Amino acid sequence: MPVEQQATISISDNVIHCRGAWTLPHVTDLERCSQTLRWPDASEVTYDAGEVTAMDTGGALLLYRSIEHVRRAGRNVALHGLKPEFSELVRLIETSAPRSHVAGLRSAGWDARVTQAIRRKQDAAIHGLAFLGETTITFGRSLLRPQSIRWRALLRVIELDGVRALPITGLLTFLVGIVIAYQGAEQLRKFGTNIFIVDLVGISLLREISPLIVAILIAGRSGSAYAAEIGTMKVTEELDAVRTLGISPIHLLVLPRSLALVIALPLLTIYADILGVFGGMLIATSQLNVSFTEFLARFEEAVSVRHFLIGLAKTPFFAMIIALVGCYQGFQIRGSVDDVGRHTTIAVVQSIFLVIVFDAICSVLTNWWDL
Amino acid sequence: MRRETDRAAPIIDISHVSTRFGMSVVHEDVSLSIRPGEVFAIAGGNGCGKSTLLREIIGLLTPSGGTIRILGIDSRQLGESHGRPIYHRVGVMFQHGALFSSLTLAENVAVPLREHTDLNPGLIREIVAVKIAMVGLPPDSGVKFPNELSGGMRRRAALARAIVMDPELLFLDEPTAGLDPMIAAGFDDLVLSLKHLLGLTVVMVTHDLDSLWRIASRVAMLGKGNVLGVGTMQELSQSDDPVIKEYFHGPRGRTALEQAAWNQK
Repeated sequence: MPVEQQATISISDNVIHCRGAWTLPHVTDLERCSQTLRWPDASEVTYDAGEVTAMDTGGALLLYRSIEHVRRAGRNVALHGLKPEFSELVRLIETSAPRSHVAGLRSAGWDARVTQAIRRKQDAAIHGLAFLGETTITFGRSLLRPQSIRWRALLRVIELDGVRALPITGLLTFLVGIVIAYQGAEQLRKFGTNIFIVDLVGISLLREISPLIVAILIAGRSGSAYAAEIGTMKVTEELDAVRTLGISPIHLLVLPRSLALVIALPLLTIYADILGVFGGMLIATSQLNVSFTEFLARFEEAVSVRHFLIGLAKTPFFAMIIALVGCYQGFQIRGSVDDVGRHTTIAVVQSIFLVIVFDAICSVLTNWWDL
Repeated sequence: MRRETDRAAPIIDISHVSTRFGMSVVHEDVSLSIRPGEVFAIAGGNGCGKSTLLREIIGLLTPSGGTIRILGIDSRQLGESHGRPIYHRVGVMFQHGALFSSLTLAENVAVPLREHTDLNPGLIREIVAVKIAMVGLPPDSGVKFPNELSGGMRRRAALARAIVMDPELLFLDEPTAGLDPMIAAGFDDLVLSLKHLLGLTVVMVTHDLDSLWRIASRVAMLGKGNVLGVGTMQELSQSDDPVIKEYFHGPRGRTALEQAAWNQK
């Protein structure tokens, strides 16, 4: 590659001299340079471009702009010496220039954005309802004919989203059990009511904390995966292929996932209950001198099965929320790649939000009914 | 970009390149040299390693053996800090466009200018508009997002992005695959006119016989991991190699051949 000379533009006696390599790396310098020039007063201006050694679109555009500038000031312009291949480029720019203002970059007024946002919300609501309706129908049909359910897919999802989630859910609820017991231990020791640690850990964990922790974990772990999986299938047209093969995507994708979670989440919660209480038990022995046998004896009389069942009863609903929100967000992905990321995030945030809202409603209701 | 370049020196020099993916051998001892100013086509059947070779030339893959020099630098060094500026002089159009889906068409075309030059936004906008016009897209398509474009338009937009820096070298990966014959022919003409206008050297991977006849100045036929033959289409069509023969004198090859002969009359 030859050494690139500097590009210059200068004026002497009504002749504008253009020299050097009029290429992109020099365009900014040239532009700055031409702005400081004092344009000649004469009505005839000549551009001498005989010493232009290289020119690309950027340089040609600049030359064209400069000529236009002079021309608009009411002077006659003549262009000399430009090599034929370069002048072809300038001519091309001349023909496309009048259109150049149209191909703008994005800019929308606030009112347009607001209407757009409202329309998007409206669409989302309609799509959401349609999805819910279609899923309900598919569910109803499949439950009437259980042999149509894809058991293999279901078992696979149970393995991926249930069995493989055991370590993380177990560890986390175990730690939460420890945390609750520690916090309780401080207060209980003051009153000398050490044994009540059992009530504190048992009831709070079984009834509220462990179902919630498991649901939030699974929302982050599986809800996001559902959205990304289904979304990617949509981007790669796999969903369309499924449809044209005469298979209902909801039956193929949503049904196994939701049923699997409905089965897996209660089981995970029971497992998490056990590990959480165990964590509390460890702290009870080490901090409050409540031995394992004392703890378990008290557990039997203080923590009624009711609490465990209330905790457990919520989990299938949590599971439905997580699976449906995840799958729904997956179906909402439209073609582009950043959509996948956005809807995956929405899936997690929305399902955790709905899980907590649902849990709060349950708390209020059970309180009313004195359960 | 037009520059006085030494006509004799190859712009890309591939010497004794071999490629293996695990046990399977893709290339063995491939040597080619591409001269400035030509439209060089790499042709061959599916799975003969055309696209792999292209990816190796542009430094996206490293060959298992041999060297590739592009614009005077080893393609292995393209990813390093002193090799990366080479990419300013190279434009690549991928098979499916590879447009950034979160950006509009105009923003897509503007990306290289915004990244690699210090031009002011007004000038960038004008250059982008010129390039969009150059590839024959309507001016109002600039505000559209890639998923709102048809296949042919996406291809043109990708081409606009590839030539926005006025590169010396333009790589096209299957430029006409999946386009209807009319649009494909239009695309061929477009490549030719851009080559003429911007003084490009074009390297393209294709198995579109029509487009080979129309625009390729030289063609390398790949097959069985080797270069079966290099030359103009005219020369290759007279080759004795059984694979090349089958390629040219199969049902589709014959039609393209007759078409080309008819065009030349």
